[in-house]
Amino acid sequence: MFVPCDRDGGSASLDFKGFTLLMPAVSVGNVGQLAIDLVISTLNMTKVGYFYTDCLVPMVGNNPYATAEDNSVELSINAEVYSVPSKKLVVLQIRSPFIKNKYRPFCETLLSWVKSSKCARVIVLSSSHAYQRDDEQLLGTPLRYLLTPDLEKAVGGLMQELNWKEMEKVAAYPGINDTEKVLRIPGGGITKLLFTESCSKGIQMAVLLKFCSEGDNIPDAFALVNYLNEWLHLIKSEVNTSSQWKIPSSWRLLFGNGLPPALF
Amino acid sequence: MATFFGEVVVAPSRAGVDDEESAEEAGEETPEDREIRRELEKKREIDVLWTLKSGASTESCSAEQFACSKFIVAIGHNAAAFLSSFILDSVCWEVVGVVKLWNEWCRTSNTTNVLPTDSFCLFYRLISDPTVLLCQCSCYVAEDQQFQWLEKVFGCMQKEGLQVTILSTCPVADYKTQESTLTLPSPFLKALKTKEFKEQICCSLLEQPNIVRDLPAA
Repeated sequence: MFVPCDRDGGSASLDFKGFTLLMPAVSVGNVGQLAIDLVISTLNMTKVGYFYTDCLVPMVGNNPYATAEDNSVELSINAEVYSVPSKKLVVLQIRSPFIKNKYRPFCETLLSWVKSSKCARVIVLSSSHAYQRDDEQLLGTPLRYLLTPDLEKAVGGLMQELNWKEMEKVAAYPGINDTEKVLRIPGGGITKLLFTESCSKGIQMAVLLKFCSEGDNIPDAFALVNYLNEWLHLIKSEVNTSSQWKIPSSWRLLFGNGLPPALF
Repeated sequence: MATFFGEVVVAPSRAGVDDEESAEEAGEETPEDREIRRELEKKREIDVLWTLKSGASTESCSAEQFACSKFIVAIGHNAAAFLSSFILDSVCWEVVGVVKLWNEWCRTSNTTNVLPTDSFCLFYRLISDPTVLLCQCSCYVAEDQQFQWLEKVFGCMQKEGLQVTILSTCPVADYKTQESTLTLPSPFLKALKTKEFKEQICCSLLEQPNIVRDLPAA
């Protein structure tokens, strides 16, 4: 599945043992993917490889993080891996939706790659439909976290200190039986599947998600990436943290072209 | 989401995930469902039929990959028509293969005698240099078939020293640019190339945030 780029580092630089894998779930508003774009762009991450998979819709374009003429001609496809060895961080970016019935095989292959590359932990950035919140969730912070039992042991205390809110479980049969609670992440794509599979496979996984709706999700992406930064400290958090994140050049024209002057 | 008239509708998500898919994992797939899904998958399988020198058709070429130095693929009616008008003729080119597939949008057959308005996917070889291959693909290859097409077609070719050129068209309205596309002189050419491609390109490269989808992307 993982195909390394042929770079000067060779295979030595592609050891992800002990690294944190950061990845998005393709979810409502594409917030996770936008947040990952911000991380890759700000940290100026180097592409180390891609996933050769039949599970995602194909797409290709030129370098989405281009800053100048000379670095704009590298091709970019739907699932690529970037890394910053100094921060022990490896990032997967997913740029297209899943092909029907293929999300399960993708999750299985991904989690076995996580195990074989010996990543220490996985952090999934995701989102959930804001309109599915209950009365209590409507108040307070729209950001939530989840930890698998193995990661809970390691960082559970830190979450308490940060005053983070754990994603609430909901009644399995609302209105009929309120005692049986299940985890639901509506609009979260593969988030729940990845989380439940990681729990059963003993993988240390955290999910960071934001309640949001479709629309201009750039502010949601900033909120999510700042939330992540409270934990990982990827960039120095100053008063105006939003200005510290670098918006990639591919975010131009998200809402269409310029208008024809003849319209007016 | 509440609409103007007050009824509540489920807004389609850009994330591309239906809630039906997550509901599917909640219930177990019955043997009948599995059987239906398998039959559907079989129906959507792609067959690549190559005509060998002996004239016989063969499907598998796992044993022997044929040498290929240049492979030109034209995807879509416009690109296929371009090849028909300017490149292909019955004197210099011979048909060496055909793709048979079915999906909701089109069906191709294994006949090589096609009309320009048909949906087809044919392979031609330059008689004077049999390592030059050409493909005209005017049928729509669905997203779940694109990977299969790729593996089955390229699986038969030796990839050492192979140069691939993909010709395709997109609507001008899909082109993202600062100005309006109304004033853009069209048609115009844009290119994407891998870093291994060292030759000169006759047009400018596709700028961000534009992307290419479907079979050309695959």
